[in-house]
Amino acid sequence: MNLLLDLWTVVAVITGAFFFFAGTVGLLRFPDSLTRLHALSKADNLGLGLVVLGLLPQMDSVSAGLKLVCIWLLVLLSGATASQWIARTLRHSGSGP
Amino acid sequence: MIEVLNFGLAALILGLAVWAIVAREAPAAVVGFIVYGLLLTLVWLQLRGIDVALTEAAIGGGLTGVLLISAAVRLRSTESAFRAQRPAASTRWLAAVLAAAVTGALAICVLALPEPAPTLAPEVLANMAVTEVENPITAVLLAFRAMDTLLEAIVLVFALIGVWSLAPDLAWGGRPGPLQVADPNGMLAYVARVLPPIGIVAGIYIFWIGADHPGGKFQGATILAAMWLLVMMAGLADAPPVSRRWLRWLLVAGPLVFIAIGVVGAVTANAFLAYPQGFAKPLILAIEFALMPTLTLVLGLMLLGAPRRGKSP
Repeated sequence: MNLLLDLWTVVAVITGAFFFFAGTVGLLRFPDSLTRLHALSKADNLGLGLVVLGLLPQMDSVSAGLKLVCIWLLVLLSGATASQWIARTLRHSGSGP
Repeated sequence: MIEVLNFGLAALILGLAVWAIVAREAPAAVVGFIVYGLLLTLVWLQLRGIDVALTEAAIGGGLTGVLLISAAVRLRSTESAFRAQRPAASTRWLAAVLAAAVTGALAICVLALPEPAPTLAPEVLANMAVTEVENPITAVLLAFRAMDTLLEAIVLVFALIGVWSLAPDLAWGGRPGPLQVADPNGMLAYVARVLPPIGIVAGIYIFWIGADHPGGKFQGATILAAMWLLVMMAGLADAPPVSRRWLRWLLVAGPLVFIAIGVVGAVTANAFLAYPQGFAKPLILAIEFALMPTLTLVLGLMLLGAPRRGKSP
């Protein structure tokens, strides 16, 4: 059982790291601000989510795990807000599509 | 493996420090500085200085970052004119040489430290039982070096007075910060309704846990101030006029309680800021409770800046 949980952690964290990597590549390579924003939010939402899911079985207590999940949810909220805000500012300033 | 990570972290931080200096645009330099602060947080975590890491994340990365961003936005209109009158090459070289000399002197000092570095940590740990708190950082901040913390709190209030004194005569006593018009369906207003309940609980939790674990009033107050600023930025509540009595009383309440307890210590325990036997923990808690609103208000109001809008409306 422990081996399975460890395996899950390794797979999930590596997948999460891949999303961060892909998000970074997208941030550097995509042509305009809106697509770059899209790449960035993928890294935050999916990447961090997978890392948190992967770390959950390694937590000592339920409350520590809950804190991790709370951090993910808070990052989701702040990431979504910031992206929406930036995109909106772009549209109002006329530099977006 | 961990050495490779540490090395990468150090290289990244050095790179960002150079970036923050050479970046041509102020906003780019500010972003570099904020990321620099966040990476420093990781360094403090690696050094097991969790209290310092929390403070660096909250104040070094977050609060200073917002301050610098608003400064960069304000300077944008004058930046090109400023850049036109570039100082002479000799001046710039002189500045570079002086800055490099300071860095070099600091590096020599750090490298010349004896191994192991001189430390009072064992003495703190040996005497911690007297203070009845479990977090050594809190014991140092509020018992062994309480004077430093008191002066720090007073300096913050002075800094706010300094910021306020930049107000034009017409706006004196008025509300700081620009008038925000709320967009009731906007994303920001939504977050400003959802996040503060969570943030207030987290801020008070970090403040309360500070007695026994990493955390404390500074970090907690920064989170509370951030929640307050969020509500004001979303236009859901307006900043209070700086002439309000309750506001001014709260601003000085923390240092006043601190000084009062210090004076009581001078009478009952033979030294200013000494705590009478058996009363250390309640007195430390009283100081923390009194400082919390002061710090929250000072940090929030400092970000809002000088009063800008007249008294009347």
